[in-house]
Amino acid sequence: MLRLEGLSKRYKTGDLALQNVDLRVPAGQVMALIGPSGAGKSTLIRCINRLVEPTAGRVVLGDTEITALSRNELRRARRRMGMIFQEYALVERLTVMENVLSGQLGHVGFWASYFRRFPQAAVDEAFSTLDRVGLSEHVDKRADALSGGQRQRVGIARAMLQRPEILLIDEPTASLDPKTSRQIMRLICDLCAERGLAAVINIHDVQLAQLFVQRVVGLQDGKIVFDGPPGDLTSEVLTQIYGEEDWTATVRRKRKAVDPDDEDPVLDEERLAGNV
Amino acid sequence: MTIERIGDHILWKRQPPAVVAARFAGWLVLVAATLWCFEIMTRDTIWSFVLDAPRQGADLVGRMVPPRWGYIQELWWPMWETLNIATLGTMIAIVMALPVAFCAARNTTPSVLFVRPIALFIIVSSRSINSLIWALLLVSILGPGSFAGIIAIGLRSIGFLAKLIYEAIEEIDASQVEAITATGASGAQTLVYGIWPQILPAFAGVCVFRWDINIRESTVLGLVGAGGIGLNLQASLNVLAWPQVTLIFIVILATVVLSEWVSARVRHAFI
Repeated sequence: MLRLEGLSKRYKTGDLALQNVDLRVPAGQVMALIGPSGAGKSTLIRCINRLVEPTAGRVVLGDTEITALSRNELRRARRRMGMIFQEYALVERLTVMENVLSGQLGHVGFWASYFRRFPQAAVDEAFSTLDRVGLSEHVDKRADALSGGQRQRVGIARAMLQRPEILLIDEPTASLDPKTSRQIMRLICDLCAERGLAAVINIHDVQLAQLFVQRVVGLQDGKIVFDGPPGDLTSEVLTQIYGEEDWTATVRRKRKAVDPDDEDPVLDEERLAGNV
Repeated sequence: MTIERIGDHILWKRQPPAVVAARFAGWLVLVAATLWCFEIMTRDTIWSFVLDAPRQGADLVGRMVPPRWGYIQELWWPMWETLNIATLGTMIAIVMALPVAFCAARNTTPSVLFVRPIALFIIVSSRSINSLIWALLLVSILGPGSFAGIIAIGLRSIGFLAKLIYEAIEEIDASQVEAITATGASGAQTLVYGIWPQILPAFAGVCVFRWDINIRESTVLGLVGAGGIGLNLQASLNVLAWPQVTLIFIVILATVVLSEWVSARVRHAFI
């Protein structure tokens, strides 16, 4: 589905953000990318849709080699990759509906988008997507009138309007409170499951990642240092990714969370808290 | 900053004593230079005239009041013309300043090396010439009348508008633009969806502000023959008709107050 081969990025300042990264994400897999600040997580997902140009290496999505495309071909390829941002990156002064429909910009011509005359199919889809993320009441509000969790839902709906094959998600919960974070992560993972989407999620919160994803990749100093199921994240692994720290609390709680047979009270409480 | 130990205490000062002394010396030099310059500037002043000023001023005011209210009948049309010069000139400037602004802003210019310097040059040359001087040049090219005034206002305003708009463009939130780009939008669509909504409040504010300034500037364009109420002002001054001059001042003041109110409303509407 998504293949990165020998991907490297060196910024003009000389910082080597990515060093020879190889990664495969099969269709439908939700993958968390963890690592300390500055490890290159944001650079990695921005290299996939070439918001940041990689210095070396290949990005292949399906049969398309993204890194070999011209500007126009890249535009068309970007429609297949939905992106969700930490600070939501909504256009603050546009309405919720305009923000959601902007996910369709790659599919409509300039004047149609200028006069907000989107195809009825796209408008129908926008309404049903807003309904799915629980925002049908807020269609005509301006984006800056919404709360953090609501804004992120608009961001998710915008990405969905692209009808993507993969989601690139940059710290979706870093600006949200713990409960909203869980709701957002659950929404993202549910949508991925419903539509068979793959996702690469940059995330700081290791415990949150462990609750929801099938695979964790640890990035440290631009290199992949861990790749496995969430259950394999041990104290030693976390020390390798983040550095020396007391990881026992993180590891213990995760152990309970990943065992599906274990009816764990802590986990249930968390689920309930997130579901309210 | 400076640390000195006195027993158990650490003495803290923001700056070392040498810096404090240097700053004091700097201020001293500044004050001395100001006094010296004042001395040079007033060398040719005839002080008896200055001492006489209150009496002369009172005399002039005495001749200016009461205003000649009947003259208002002759001022409606020139005032309307003045407003039109300001408004049309501002509109021309807006149309021309927008592309210049997008070419001058670092984050939207097609080329930092070639296009940006040209745009900046347009901005600087437009701004460096006062609209009265533009009008003076244009009256000799286009002949007297309000058309020369409109073009003068327009040319002067391009630089002002383009400069403030391109600064607004450079201050936009890049992540919103990034998000629109990531959807596969074209450059023009990114401009309309990602950039334009962000600069709209600044754009509206800058345009009405310039319109407001242009009303004031167009009241004097008549002094060089470029139409508007300035023609009446000059005619009245030439014949020392002070009560008429007073009425012109009152009309200008009223118009400016009105334009202040309008621009405040417009700015409020676009936040």
